[in-house]
Amino acid sequence: MLSKKLRYLRYGLGMIFASLLLAGCSSERPSILLPVSPKANAEANLFLIIFWISVAVFVIVEAALFYSVIRFRGKNAEDVPPQIHGSVPLEIAWTTAPALVLVVVFVLTWQTLQATAAPPLDSMPVLVTGNQFWWKFDYLDQQVSTANELHLPVGRPVRLLLETKDVIHSFWVPQLGGKMDLIAGHQNVLWLQADKAGEYHGQCAELCGASHANMRTKVIAESQVNFDAWIQSQKTPSTTPTNPALVKGRDLFLGNACIGCHMIRGTTAAGAVGPDLTHVASRSTIAAGLLENTSANMARWIDNPPAIKPGVLMPKLNLSQDDITSIVAYLQSLK
Amino acid sequence: MATHTASLSQPQYSTGGLSAWLTTVDHKMIGILYLLGAGFFLLVGGLEALLIRTQLIRPENTFLVGETYNQVLTMHGTTMVFLVIMPMLAGMGNYIVPLMLGARDMAFPRLNAFGVWMFLLGGIFLNLSFILGGAPAAGWFSYTPLSNTPFSPGTGIDFWIFGINMFGISSISASVNFVVTILNMRAPGLTLNRLPIFVWTTLTTAFLLLFALPSIAIATILLYLDRNLGMNFYRASGGGDPLIWQHLFWFFGHPEVYVMILPAMGIVSEILPVFSRKPLFGYTAVAYSSVAIGFLGFTVWAHHMFAVGLPPLINAAFAFSSMLIAIPTAIKIFNWTATLWGGNIQLRPPLLYAVGFIALFIIGGLTGIYLAVVPIDYQITDTYFVVGHLHYVLFGGSLIAIFGGIHYWFPKMTGRMMDERLGHWQFWLLFLGALLAFIPMLIVGVEGMPRRVYTYGAGLGWDIYNLLSTLGAYMIAVSVLVFLYNFFFSLFRGKPAGDDPWDGHTLEWATTSPPAVYNFEVVPVVKSRRPVWDMKYSSDHHPRRLDGVQPEAAHNLQDVHIHLPPPSWWPLVLSVGIMIMAFGFVFNWIIILVGLVVFLWGVSGWIQQDVNAPQAPAGHGG
Ligand code: HEC
Ligand SMILES: [Cu+2]
Ligand SMILES: [Cu+2]
Repeated sequence: MLSKKLRYLRYGLGMIFASLLLAGCSSERPSILLPVSPKANAEANLFLIIFWISVAVFVIVEAALFYSVIRFRGKNAEDVPPQIHGSVPLEIAWTTAPALVLVVVFVLTWQTLQATAAPPLDSMPVLVTGNQFWWKFDYLDQQVSTANELHLPVGRPVRLLLETKDVIHSFWVPQLGGKMDLIAGHQNVLWLQADKAGEYHGQCAELCGASHANMRTKVIAESQVNFDAWIQSQKTPSTTPTNPALVKGRDLFLGNACIGCHMIRGTTAAGAVGPDLTHVASRSTIAAGLLENTSANMARWIDNPPAIKPGVLMPKLNLSQDDITSIVAYLQSLK
Repeated sequence: MATHTASLSQPQYSTGGLSAWLTTVDHKMIGILYLLGAGFFLLVGGLEALLIRTQLIRPENTFLVGETYNQVLTMHGTTMVFLVIMPMLAGMGNYIVPLMLGARDMAFPRLNAFGVWMFLLGGIFLNLSFILGGAPAAGWFSYTPLSNTPFSPGTGIDFWIFGINMFGISSISASVNFVVTILNMRAPGLTLNRLPIFVWTTLTTAFLLLFALPSIAIATILLYLDRNLGMNFYRASGGGDPLIWQHLFWFFGHPEVYVMILPAMGIVSEILPVFSRKPLFGYTAVAYSSVAIGFLGFTVWAHHMFAVGLPPLINAAFAFSSMLIAIPTAIKIFNWTATLWGGNIQLRPPLLYAVGFIALFIIGGLTGIYLAVVPIDYQITDTYFVVGHLHYVLFGGSLIAIFGGIHYWFPKMTGRMMDERLGHWQFWLLFLGALLAFIPMLIVGVEGMPRRVYTYGAGLGWDIYNLLSTLGAYMIAVSVLVFLYNFFFSLFRGKPAGDDPWDGHTLEWATTSPPAVYNFEVVPVVKSRRPVWDMKYSSDHHPRRLDGVQPEAAHNLQDVHIHLPPPSWWPLVLSVGIMIMAFGFVFNWIIILVGLVVFLWGVSGWIQQDVNAPQAPAGHGG
């Protein structure tokens, strides 16, 4: 019952925020007040409780402050009011009052912390590796590796094992719950569970270099059936092209520096610096959520990555436009 | 209230001319150097803020991107913390604390000068990084491994390391001086229990710095060794641990927050009673809550690290200690409000800023609670919510109190009043600007926007908040322009202030404006917490103004010879030596030797200078 009330309050607050938004751009809000997981839900509820407590305190204290200033505003600067130095009962009262509020806040904190800390035992492990400036996802049970887009079955708890190749990153998808840092030498664990099918925006939350702003991610929560199908398609090696145009593209890819950094299973490309491209065409975005995955965008990307993403580890390779077009055609065939 | 008997052999140093400023050991001139230096860096840091906000005015903007953005961001934070708020407060403390104590100077005048030179040269040093190979770009808390090699290859981080340490040396010198001065050089009758709250907070701050700074000194030196000698304190691949940096940094970094807020609270605690024409309500509670905040400040550092994967029990413990701090903070806010209650409130600029401070600091305090609640912190740490929160503490809090202090003490420092109408304009622009700039940050953080991003995607619903925030920043910039105009106009054209323009309570109002080098002709005797009020009013519940009462002097003027130390070049020489060494550590170790020679020359000159010699006549440096 309480939780139902809280939900109303939350939507109330969400509406206040939403009404502040300009028209048309509120569809994809990655707001912590639009939770779709049990953990994010608990966190949002706690947020709400603290929100209303702090609003109450805020109103009382600010009102007392402004009331005193207005009510006791003096006309004659010479007048001397009664000289009052203090009051012990008042000091005791206003020491105790915040202490009591904080006891409540602390108990709530502790309860939520306990309730959300440990992943359920049957959770599915995914190894998340942070890289400047993209995410590698390895599904340990399914032996599937992909980048930047995390597919999850709806309603199934997932255990993310967080590691980093380089600097500290922080994995955060607000609607699925709080963030956790990826720190060299430590393997942190973050568990999530998406209760509603959909796509959820996420973003690296720890300054990790020039393109920290461009290290985004997307969680795609889908039914178990769709998820299994996706796993199956990801497991297969890349399609071998027969169309001469695509063959040309593949040969250009394999003949260039690309193979030093990228893996395409089923070819000789086995690099590990950049994302696995075996099924790159199955992703809806490239460059860690920065660009929509269209042929035009991919061509722009391959032509000059640092111009799109400052500090990126993929260099400008000075390929001709024709070569780029061929490579893109090949990569876009890798469903 | 000062007596103006013809002076006898009063020492007079010239306060004009470049060499007088470069060699000064007078706490008032040093205070002014701090304030002017910090004022200059406020413009630099403010400009950086405007660049940042301009980039973020709309999604996918390309005005300031990538590494350059990160440089500006890092320098904005570092500048505002170390080169603006800290030295502003140190400057006010330098000028006002000895006056409040009835002292003739700080305990160690040359150490005092050394402190201000380390700050000014350190500020120049750090900012030169922009043109000498690029500024640091790893954020003001410079987390490793990003700040380590190979991820930050240039010299920016080395500049940052030695800049921070120069400020550290400056702050340690100032703190030692404050502690000794406050504990040893109080006027007769000025017991600790009668100290003005600003002096209490300055004392607490000095202790905080003495205990916190060693932590960052060690942290940065280890980072330098990692970067330049291939050591592995912070490198997991070499057996180190990047988390050690975070612990060491925040063991300094959180007390540092109180270093920036406590003296600001002290300023407010001075202004409120004077403009309410009442004593401070609950003096003891306010004084002791400052000390309590100081102690508790050392027990909360890991609340900056809730998302690094510490065990939930540890997180909960740090949440608990962080929440405890809310109690002394609340006590202060209640006592300030009670001070206003029942007063004869004079809505003049200093009071406006003091009330504005409380109003905005409440937001800072309340938003802090969200960050102490671990499960909420998991969501909003490293987002714009934190940026909003910290600006309500440091901008809405500290900086507005500093402006209040400037309006309050400007007459004492210059002998002229600041224009009050402009003061009101500046206040409202600042206050509304702070609401417009930082409330949207709180919201957009909850809406999922991480901090320190140079760009953001359209269609996430963040555009409007960023636009509003940028407009707020521009409004604040206008307010600062109004201040600058008021400052320079009043400096030359302001109405003469007289000794005690606000009908003040504390001893700085018992001397001339500006005070003579020796501060007080007669050392006053203190009988209560409001010595200057006592000279003016009868002491009953409804006091009447007394007329023509002179302060009681501890000793007769004729009996004392006032000794003041002679000016000295050595603090500056010493500081220049250290600055050259810092360049050496960044660029080439040979240069360190040059710096060392200058440094040793400074030390030997310093210790050999005869500070007890009879005064040199005006204008002659020593
Ligand atoms: C020096 C290593 C390197 C080389 C050489 C390299 N790349 Fe990359 N590539 C990367 C990295 C790193 C990323 C991830 C960038 C990011 O998102 O931050 C990337 C990303 C990509 C992506 C986007 C993948 C995705 O899902 O987001 C494509 C497509 C791509 N590279 C194609 C190529 C092609 C084609 C070549 C050869 C012409 C090439 N790369 C050469 C390192 C390299
Ligand atoms: Cu990042
Ligand atoms: Cu802190």
